[in-house]
Amino acid sequence: MIKDNMTSLQRVLTTLGHKEPDRVPFFLLLTMHGAKELGLSIEQYFSKSENVAEGQLRLRAKYRHDSIYNFFYAPIEIEAFGGEVIYHDDGPANSGEPFIKNFQDIKNLKIPDIKKSACLNKVLKSAHILKEKVGDQVPIIGVVMSPFSLPVMQMGFDKYIELIYERPDLFSHLMKINEEFCVNWANAQLDAGTTAICYFDPLSSTTITTKEMYLKTGFEVAKRTIAKIKGPTATHMASGRCLSIIEEIADTGTAIVGVSVEENIQELKNSCKNRLTVMGNLNGIEMRRWTPKQTEDNVKRVISQAGAGGGFILSDNHGEIPFQVPDEVLMAISDAVHKWGNYPLIY
Amino acid sequence: MEKNIDDFMEALLSLNRVAARRILEDAASIDKISFIENVVIAALERIGEGWKSGIFALSQVYMAGRICEELIDEILPPGDPDRKDQPKMAICVLSDHHKLGKTIVYSLLRASGFDLLDYGTMEVEELVQRIKDDKIKIILVSVLMLHSALKVKHLKEKLDSLNLDVKIVVGGAPFRFDKQLWQEVGADAMCSTASEAVLVIKSVMEGSL
Ligand code: B12
Repeated sequence: MIKDNMTSLQRVLTTLGHKEPDRVPFFLLLTMHGAKELGLSIEQYFSKSENVAEGQLRLRAKYRHDSIYNFFYAPIEIEAFGGEVIYHDDGPANSGEPFIKNFQDIKNLKIPDIKKSACLNKVLKSAHILKEKVGDQVPIIGVVMSPFSLPVMQMGFDKYIELIYERPDLFSHLMKINEEFCVNWANAQLDAGTTAICYFDPLSSTTITTKEMYLKTGFEVAKRTIAKIKGPTATHMASGRCLSIIEEIADTGTAIVGVSVEENIQELKNSCKNRLTVMGNLNGIEMRRWTPKQTEDNVKRVISQAGAGGGFILSDNHGEIPFQVPDEVLMAISDAVHKWGNYPLIY
Repeated sequence: MEKNIDDFMEALLSLNRVAARRILEDAASIDKISFIENVVIAALERIGEGWKSGIFALSQVYMAGRICEELIDEILPPGDPDRKDQPKMAICVLSDHHKLGKTIVYSLLRASGFDLLDYGTMEVEELVQRIKDDKIKIILVSVLMLHSALKVKHLKEKLDSLNLDVKIVVGGAPFRFDKQLWQEVGADAMCSTASEAVLVIKSVMEGSL
């Protein structure tokens, strides 16, 4: 492999093997910015696979990052279950009123058929288009909500916490349904040309559940689910904390962990002990008002803390950069990685 | 007192309603208001602080608040004259549909002996109208999405243009991740945890905010 002329995919695979590639790989996990590129509203943009494919290609050409992000919005899975999605002009789509109104509804829940789901097929189609365009040059990242995190949108957060504590029987039943759906959905994306699956699981983060609870719930769910996904996975905490459960996250069989700015990335990296690649942890929300100097300093700091020896991908800490983050900041991140991210690191 | 707080916290964190009720009943026969002030609020504050520093999980914050709210509603029903003489306040989720933050703050304030109106989810226009109609003095705003947080700016402008004297107290994930955001949108205070709301309300009552 020619070290200083790697493709994005080679660069990422090298870091996943805990070796240093030519430079630090970086993922600008952009979704809604594609709409800006194409001059469309967010709702229009996500209505067609071709838009998302084109948006992703333009963003990558512009910022020279190492991934294609075929992520529409989290509640697309809720849409597949027959639930409501609410669009916004200046932010991500959100799920509407939960469709599980009371605990008993869980018993009648049907697993969506992916082939018949128009919204999910949009995602599969854009994966196809993207795969045709980029081949094996760039990893195409697809997204699933973890079976353990999805219920927040299915039934509301408060009811879900009560379900976990008070109705373990119905909780298990819901996990069975969601696990089957999640595995089908992940594998359909892989079949369509997706390189790796980002498994969003912030409910497992210690920001939301205790470690004790995680070991009984989210951990077991992740082990079962990830084992059946036929491709590499990255587990993302969506900016929730995970330092105290990092060993267990590695035990679930995932390859990457997306981490929060609320924890020290150097400490996280050390705890991974070469079992996991760390991805993170620029503060996406604060990023909106960073100056070029602050941007460069932040990129430099994170690389210096976690870059050495590979096993590291630079990205934001949530797995999606907010719509409000200006192009100048994104460009400054890219410039800083190209300036300070070349291996061997000089600081 | 310290032992009371520890025991009560322990009962809450292990979701032991029976133990929590026993501690409360034993002590409340003496002076329920001072028990709420010194034990319930203190325990909830410590749990909130523990969440902020990563020791406790949100599920514990939520369940603790809920247990306390239920217990306090029994010993101190809504409208009880012992409930605090306080400025009129209301809570809402601005624009988005994520109610958990609001639910936690609402439970916690009620468990701390405050009364407040729950407006549910609202957009700026209708919120301003309600604040005006209900003569609200403190509006507590919870958001989860960044674009909703930025709408507080419009809320502030509208309230100012009507010369309404209302304190805006904000909270929710975007404010925790960008510590300057609350000032940028013109709020009067920001809380990183639900229990911090108690301190902010006290400052308003003392006239220091
Ligand atoms: C768990 C989680 C998820 C779960 C569940 C989300 C949900 N609630 O519906 C899943 C995986 C489904 C998810 C999905 C998404 N998420 Co999410 N998620 C999170 C996470 C980790 C926790 C969110 C949460 O609900 N916390 C519970 C609430 C109660 O916590 P809280 O708001 O901090 O409130 C506490 C205090 O702040 C305080 N408080 C709150 N309000 C108030 C008000 C007052 C007056 C006071 C005094 C105190 C107070 O009290 C609470 C308890 O102490 C956060 C990141 C984080 N680390 O917090 C991201 C986060 C909320 N997600 C985010 C986003 C964008 C999304 C998506 C839109 C992504 C997408 N494009 O699809 C979707 C939308 C989901 C939907 N409902 O439609 C962003 C939102 C900000 C932004 N960028 O705009 C966050 C902040 C991540 C980030 N760092 O950017 N997510």
